[in-house]
Amino acid sequence: MSTTNSPRDAGGTTLPASAPATAPAVTVPDVAPAGSGSAGRPGAPAGNGQRGPAGNGRRRAPAALRALASVWRLWFFAALIVAWWLASASSSSPYFPPLSEILHRLVDLWITGDSKKDLVPSLEHFAIGYAMAGAIGVVGGALLWYFRHVRDAITPLLYFVYVIPSAAILPAIIAVLGIGNGMKIAIIVLASVWPTLLNTVDGMRGVDPLQLDTARVLHMSPLRTVRSVVLPAALPQIMAGLRNSLQISIIMMVVSELVASTSGIGFFILDAQQRFAITDMWTGIIVLAVVGSLLTLVFVAVERLVLGWYIGARAVEGKR
Amino acid sequence: MTTSRGGVATDREPTARGSGPVLSVESLRKVYNAGRADEREAIADVSFEVEAGEFVCIVGPSGAGKTTLLRCLSGLLPLTSGTALFEGAAMQRVPEQVGVVFQDYSRSLFPWLSISRNIAVPLKVRKVDRQARERRVREVLTAVGLGDVGKRYPWQLSGGMQQRVAIARALAYQPDLLFMDEPFASVDAQTRFDLEDLILRVRDEYGVTIVLVTHDIDEAVYLADRVIVLSPAPSQVKEIVAVDLAKPRSQAVTRSDERFTALRQHLLELVTAS
Repeated sequence: MSTTNSPRDAGGTTLPASAPATAPAVTVPDVAPAGSGSAGRPGAPAGNGQRGPAGNGRRRAPAALRALASVWRLWFFAALIVAWWLASASSSSPYFPPLSEILHRLVDLWITGDSKKDLVPSLEHFAIGYAMAGAIGVVGGALLWYFRHVRDAITPLLYFVYVIPSAAILPAIIAVLGIGNGMKIAIIVLASVWPTLLNTVDGMRGVDPLQLDTARVLHMSPLRTVRSVVLPAALPQIMAGLRNSLQISIIMMVVSELVASTSGIGFFILDAQQRFAITDMWTGIIVLAVVGSLLTLVFVAVERLVLGWYIGARAVEGKR
Repeated sequence: MTTSRGGVATDREPTARGSGPVLSVESLRKVYNAGRADEREAIADVSFEVEAGEFVCIVGPSGAGKTTLLRCLSGLLPLTSGTALFEGAAMQRVPEQVGVVFQDYSRSLFPWLSISRNIAVPLKVRKVDRQARERRVREVLTAVGLGDVGKRYPWQLSGGMQQRVAIARALAYQPDLLFMDEPFASVDAQTRFDLEDLILRVRDEYGVTIVLVTHDIDEAVYLADRVIVLSPAPSQVKEIVAVDLAKPRSQAVTRSDERFTALRQHLLELVTAS
């Protein structure tokens, strides 16, 4: 069971003396990013000690239990690995070596060995490329949102470029930029900038007009309106775009190393396959999966941090 | 019936403190999509004045352009013709000393900001320093009957509490004139009574002039010094009704007053007559 959305101390609503007796008790959802009990976070009840009428006194499960619960969610994943382990244990197929053998090799190559050096250039390209794509996407999207006429002129072109499979522009980029690091970063940026850009434009266009009216009523300057209203209001969609861009960045990081490259994890996998070192090849794929998962986990953690309000508001909406 | 047509009602309580009306509206006209095929005249000709400290309610049948009128008055929509003067000056944008409270509190409060920070927004815009901001936020939260909710988020509060926060935010920078667009239409009946009394109390405490749009005639009679009745769109002022009920008002006493019933009856006839 996931405890993430359980009402946390539903009786924690503080009702002022003059509040109507019929006011619904507010359930305070737990939106803490890391689930730890830090003070002053959104889910913490503002305490003057008063308790609302509808308290059911339910407390959150202790931390250890919650940790166990999140591990339990991985049961199917674990079961698959066990099945793989058992099914491949006596395998003599050169293409599907026993999992135990792959893992041994993985430790030899990637933990005690030197192959981890292959990760460095890959992650460097990814970090630079993804950061650039994110920045260009958000800033460019905001500019396109602001300059409506430019947007109207450019949008059809954007969608036209967006549908080109990223790998298809790789030859063109190699032709222009050669096969160095610049090419690899460029392909990551070019392929992954679109989801963020388009989501930023869309998210900003979708800002509730009443919130913009409110900004005017409160005399916010245009710049403050963008920074304090449009950007946060569009943030849920911007983050969705950034997440999509993240996946594409990881894909393009590998793809760029499959062509005319002598380093990086993509090169490692391709090279192992060509040397017929199938076990090595599998270790590369597993490392890539682990790296991708870790990057996604980091992203989700950041998302929970900056969109805590959104996740919380959605949870409340769902209960109404 | 104590009524007067057009501009200034003559038999109203002397509540004015300054000289000249706070708000003066002259032949206001609003046409949407002017000159296009889907041209629609929302407001034909509306004139009235609001004196300092007055509480004026605007009622009318649904679709009478009440919200359009309020948006024009508060500087959110340009007028097609006519004038709307706030403290003698034409409104280009929303004037500094005007506050607006919208019906839809859940959309007008920023869900990504805590209650305190929501209320502090207009103060930050006016470059009030942090200490003064915090003091002011505490003050207005107390004024609207909310205690220690500053650290919480709008979506963690009930509807009535959220609207209190919206009122607190509008009061934070001490406006001279407060526009309210059906502010209590989205809350339950009991909360509504509480909020009505709250706004009357706040009016007395802060000496703020209030123009409130509502479709609820009882509410208009209960709250207002004068009620402006609009005709169906394109709207005109049908009549301005002075409400000569005793003050301070209370839900139990005022609403059972014979005068209340008579005024209510009269307004109902005005609004429903086509």
